[in-house]
Amino acid sequence: MLNQELAKTDPRVKLIAAKIKKGNYKADALIEILHSAQNAYGYLPMNVLRYITKELRLPPSRVYSTVTFYHFFSLKSKGEHTCLVCTGTACYVKGAQLILNEIEKQFALKPGQVSADNKLGVQVARCIGACGLAPAVVLDDEVQAKANAGDIINKINAKIVAP
Amino acid sequence: MNRQDLQTIISAEKEKDQTNKNKNKVCVCCGASCISSGSEEVIKKLQEEIIIKGMNADVEVIPTGCMGPCNQGPLVKFLPDYTMYQKVNSTDVEHIVQNQLIDKKPVENLLLFSDSRPQPFINAQEDPFFKKQMKIALKDCGDINPEKIEDYFVHDGYKALDKVLFQMSPEEVIAEIRQSRMRGRGGAGYPTGLKWETVYKYVNDQKYVICNGDEGDPGAFMDRSVLEGNPHRVLEGMAIAAYAIGANKGYAYIRGEYPLAIKRIELAIKQAKKSGILGSNILGTPFSFDVEVRIGAGAFVCGEETALIASIEGKRGTPKPRPPFPAESGLWGKPTLINNVETFAGIAPIINNGGEWYSEIGTPKSAGTKVFALAGKINYSGLIEVPMGTSLREIIFEIGGGMQGNKAFKAAQTGGPSGGCIPPAHLDVKMDYESLISLGSIMGSGGLIIMDESSDMVDVARYFMEFCMDESCGKCVPCRVGTKMMHDLLQKICDNNGTTIDVQRLEELAGYVKETSLCGLGASAPNPLLSTLRHFRHEYDNKIEQ
Repeated sequence: MLNQELAKTDPRVKLIAAKIKKGNYKADALIEILHSAQNAYGYLPMNVLRYITKELRLPPSRVYSTVTFYHFFSLKSKGEHTCLVCTGTACYVKGAQLILNEIEKQFALKPGQVSADNKLGVQVARCIGACGLAPAVVLDDEVQAKANAGDIINKINAKIVAP
Repeated sequence: MNRQDLQTIISAEKEKDQTNKNKNKVCVCCGASCISSGSEEVIKKLQEEIIIKGMNADVEVIPTGCMGPCNQGPLVKFLPDYTMYQKVNSTDVEHIVQNQLIDKKPVENLLLFSDSRPQPFINAQEDPFFKKQMKIALKDCGDINPEKIEDYFVHDGYKALDKVLFQMSPEEVIAEIRQSRMRGRGGAGYPTGLKWETVYKYVNDQKYVICNGDEGDPGAFMDRSVLEGNPHRVLEGMAIAAYAIGANKGYAYIRGEYPLAIKRIELAIKQAKKSGILGSNILGTPFSFDVEVRIGAGAFVCGEETALIASIEGKRGTPKPRPPFPAESGLWGKPTLINNVETFAGIAPIINNGGEWYSEIGTPKSAGTKVFALAGKINYSGLIEVPMGTSLREIIFEIGGGMQGNKAFKAAQTGGPSGGCIPPAHLDVKMDYESLISLGSIMGSGGLIIMDESSDMVDVARYFMEFCMDESCGKCVPCRVGTKMMHDLLQKICDNNGTTIDVQRLEELAGYVKETSLCGLGASAPNPLLSTLRHFRHEYDNKIEQ
């Protein structure tokens, strides 16, 4: 799809275009632009990356290599609901792995995977910095303090069953 | 705004504070941990309750940054009495307000540490958790509203910046920092004054100041808490550094995982610009300085200076060989000063109280205080600041309230994936740069994870190696391949398939990777392995024999 067409059919592109303009079409702002694109879409769809590439006049390899370098950026949808398990040292010491095991048992999802119906995505984080609350799990941007596997499974079920 | 306008505002704020001196203040911790435990609801309920009781003229509710004992949150603190309550629920609020503010009798069963100490303290400052601490970088954190620049003004905010701009030359500022003997709080412990002097000496019409807030060590949350609790202090430190080295542009590079810290520093920048503290011709002087926030995208290696610079330039965060050091050729090839968040937070107190004052705190080689993020199998986990040289035993058993469930202490992990484990035999080690290195660990940025008898130390080594393997940027072979090989060997031993030869190979590999990696990530990746081999060799042997 041509860039102008994409800009016309998708209002979210406007947000990205504004960011590109703010950075004076310079490649320095690439990471900032990718952040706003991921905020708008939840992940980085290929056609959006192509759009950014053309606007910044960069080789696609440069954009692609940057996207894949950073953990925060994702090339595929993270799912309607996300369950992010912190695996920082404090959470590790306090049994984050048990929570991950239980999630895998219940939903057959490993970290980085999304369920077939796109309802649930499971991720791990290096450390969310809430070590006093270990083990910590983030369900749809809400931190669950001192999590235990059973509670988390119930909460996930409530989320994916609810309309 | 010029200097006089600002001083008028500051003295008006201070006067207002004086008249409100006897007013009760209710501080509610709004650090990320307490918010996750529900402190925002507590604030709402408190405000409602105070209006219901008709006390809104005499009581002020203040949302603050981190107060310290994070796992006891949400925390509520009543000033001036310094009575603190823990695990406060919105349903407790009515009871607390009635008893604390009206009947003047504290609610015993909700006092801080009431469920773990036989005799909790009504004045929390008398509790060993706080009594043993000395707060410099965290001084106003937990007492002021981080989203109001006026609160910072009342606590002598930007006084140090005013002092350097109007009374000191850049050389004098650097001399003061050198005299303080402060060392960089990011991990390596390089003398801060020396770093500033080096950048100062390079002549260039464009220089940069970067604040490294890419706190990547798992189990560390000091920078996050400082940024969330007192962002203006960091900005003030950056501005003083910029004045000293001759920079006019700064970047605050913050981890993407810390949305609240990003929000608060952005707000602080906006407020400071409005007050004429950032921008062009600050306070009417020729000095101009502007700060922009850059958000990290989740790469541990970006904590390394040259990788961080690449990331700010919008590139893959891979390190470059040094020299040239960033001091000579950093961001866009210009001389660049990079300091850690906690380092910048310590600058204003040094300027206000003098370098000599700071140098007398701590130990001869490690001056000042250090913030630690205390976590793991310990009763009170959270954020603490102690003078350098405080013993590990004091930190765990006095400040941290001892081991959870009275289990036996097994190891303290410092320095994250670049550090090591301290065994029980060295509980009396003084926490300073040199003593930790002599035990095969490092100070690092301040993450301190306490492990009990249930931790398997070989698996701990495997855990950190897995981390380094994933986070290796892939640029140099020793790190990219070496961490993978070491991880696989450790996994083999953890699966009880290891042999003595595997341990020998691990030791050999560790040496190669340490010596030949390009940057600090690879050079320090073998540390957790080597320190567990040194202090917990029998655990490796047990797994091999099985």
